Amino acid sequence: MLEIIGLSKVYPTGTVALKEVSFTVADPQVVAIIGPSGAGKSTLIRCINRLVEPSAGKVMLDGIEVRSLNRRELRKMRRRMGMIFQEYNLVERLTVMENLLSGRLGYVGFWKTYRRKFPPQDVAAAFKLLDRVGLSGYQDTRADALSGGERQRVGISRALMQQPDLLLVDEPTASLDPKTSRQIMRLVVELAHERGTPALVNIHDVGLAQSFADRIIGLSAGQIVFDGTSQQVTAEVLTEIYGEEDWSTTIRKIEEDNDQDTQKGDSRHKDRITRETAAG
Amino acid sequence: MSVKQNIDKYPDVWRRFSPRETLMRYGWYLGVVFVVVWSISNLDIPWFYILDAHVQAKDLAIRMWPPDWDFVNQLVKPLIETIHIATLGTFVTILIAFPVAFLAARNTTFNAITWFVGRFILVGSRSVNTVVWGLLFVAIFGPGPVAGVWAIAFRSIGFMGKLVAEAIEEIDEGTVEAIEATGASRLQVLWMGILPQVLPVIYGTTVYRWDINIRESTVLGFVGAGGIGILLYSSINQFMWREVAVILITVFGVVIASEFISATVRQRIT
Ligand SMILES: Nc1ncnc2c1ncn2[C@@H]1O[C@H](COP(=O)(O)OP(=O)(O)OP(=O)(O)O)[C@@H](O)[C@H]1O
Ligand SMILES: [Mg+2]
Repeated sequence: MLEIIGLSKVYPTGTVALKEVSFTVADPQVVAIIGPSGAGKSTLIRCINRLVEPSAGKVMLDGIEVRSLNRRELRKMRRRMGMIFQEYNLVERLTVMENLLSGRLGYVGFWKTYRRKFPPQDVAAAFKLLDRVGLSGYQDTRADALSGGERQRVGISRALMQQPDLLLVDEPTASLDPKTSRQIMRLVVELAHERGTPALVNIHDVGLAQSFADRIIGLSAGQIVFDGTSQQVTAEVLTEIYGEEDWSTTIRKIEEDNDQDTQKGDSRHKDRITRETAAG
Repeated sequence: MSVKQNIDKYPDVWRRFSPRETLMRYGWYLGVVFVVVWSISNLDIPWFYILDAHVQAKDLAIRMWPPDWDFVNQLVKPLIETIHIATLGTFVTILIAFPVAFLAARNTTFNAITWFVGRFILVGSRSVNTVVWGLLFVAIFGPGPVAGVWAIAFRSIGFMGKLVAEAIEEIDEGTVEAIEATGASRLQVLWMGILPQVLPVIYGTTVYRWDINIRESTVLGFVGAGGIGILLYSSINQFMWREVAVILITVFGVVIASEFISATVRQRIT
C-alpha cells in the first residue's frame, strides 16, 4: 500500500512544484495522473523513489517511510519500485539483455556485474519477459538499434525485472505515435494487473488515461484537484485541471470511445489524434 | 498598390554587423598586426643567417645524400624500443587517467576538494612537456626506457583525463537516473550506466594518444630516456648526415603507420 501524506516540494529555484499532496493507493490499481505541463506530475513520481528529495510530508510504502531511509536502505527500497521513463533511458550501447538484467543490479554484487554474471533464474525471467512484451529474439540487439516502441518495451521489462511492489511510470507514451502509444499503455496496464502491482502513470493524453486507468488523479499547480474514476471526468473537471477550453468535442469523443471500448472495437485509435490535440 | 505599400512599410537595408561591431573587428586586426611586429622586433633575429638559409638547406640535403642504408640494421632495436615505450606509456596512462577523469568530472566527483585535486593533476600533467618530464624521470630512474615510459605517461594523463572527463560530463543523465532507480550501488551505476557511454571516447583517445606518443618517444632519447632519439642525437653530433637521413626516413615511416592504425581504429568505433 502506498500512502502519500502532505507531500510538498520546493525546488532550490523557489518553484513550488507540489503543495501538500495526499492520496493513498490501497489496491493494485492503475492510477493515471493527468494535469497540464508544469503541474508537478514528474516531481510527484520522482519524490516517491527520491530521485527528487521531497521538502516536506511523508511517502510510505507498506508502512515504511521512504524519506527517513539512509542511502543503503534507500537502495533496498528502490529495488521495490520499478520506474519507466518517457525517454526510455536505456543504456544505448548495451544489449537488450544487459538492459533487462540491469533491473537486477540491486540484488547482485559488483564483481558479478563486472563479469555480467547474473543468476540463472534472472536470465530465465528476462527471456520470459522478452517473450511477454513481444521482443523474443532481441536479447543481443543493441538498444540504440531499436525503435521507440521497442525501446519502451525494454524499459518496461527492465522495471518489471525488479519484481517491484510499485510501478512509477512517467509519460510512457509521449514520444510515440498514437497506435504504439495504445499498445504500450495496454502492455503496462495488463502487466500491472497480471502481477497485481499498483502503478502510478503520468500521462498527457486524457483519452488514453480514461480508457486504461482504474482511477484518475488530476494535478494542477502542485495540488490535487480531482480524484475519481474515468466516468467522473467531465468538462467541468477538465476545466478545473487544465483551465477554460471548449471540451465538448473531447468529452463526446471519449463517450463514444468508452462505448467502443466495451465492444473491443479495433479502430479505436483513429479518432485519437483529434482528442490528443484537444487534450494536449 | 499593395506591393508598393509593402515596400514602404518594410526596410530594404539589412546589415549583419553594426558599425560598432565592424569597428571592433578592425581593432582586432590591428591588434594582431601589432603583436606580430612586436614579437619580431623583440626576437633579435639574425637576418644575416636567414638570408642564406636556402643555401644551407641545399648543402645539408647534399650531405645527407645518399642515405646510409646499412645503418638500418642498427636502427631496428631502438625503433622497437621506441614503440614499446609509447605503448607501455599509454597503458600506464589509462590506469591512472581513468580514475582521475572521474574525479575531475563535475557529475562523478565526490566533493569540491576531490574535483580540485582531479583538475590539478590534469593541468599539472599537461603544463609540462614530455621531454621535460623525461629529464625529471631520468634523474629519478636513471637513463633508459623506464624513464621514457613514465615521461610519456605523465604527459598523456592530462590529455586523456581531460577528454574523458569532458565525455563524462556530457553523458545522458537520464540513463544514470534509470540505473540509480533500480537500487544499484554507486560502483554499479558507474559500471553499467556511465562507462558504456564514455567507452567510445576512451577507445578513441587511447589510440589517438598512442599515435602521438610514438612521435613523442622518438625524441625522448635526446635526454637519455630511451628509444631511437639517442641514435639521432649522436649522429647529429657527429655530423653523420647520411645516418641522420636514414633515421628520419624510418621514423617518418613508423609515424605514418601508427597514424594510419589510429585513424582506422577510431573510424571503426561506434
Ligand atoms: N530540477 C528542477 N529545478 C527547478 N525547478 C524545477 C525542476 N524540475 C522541475 N521544476 C519546476 O517544477 C514545476 C513542476 O515540474 P514537473 O516537471 O514536475 O511538471 P510536469 O507536470 O511533469 O510537467 P510536464 O507535463 O511538462 O512533464 C515546473 O514549474 C518546473 O519548472
Ligand atoms: Mg513531466
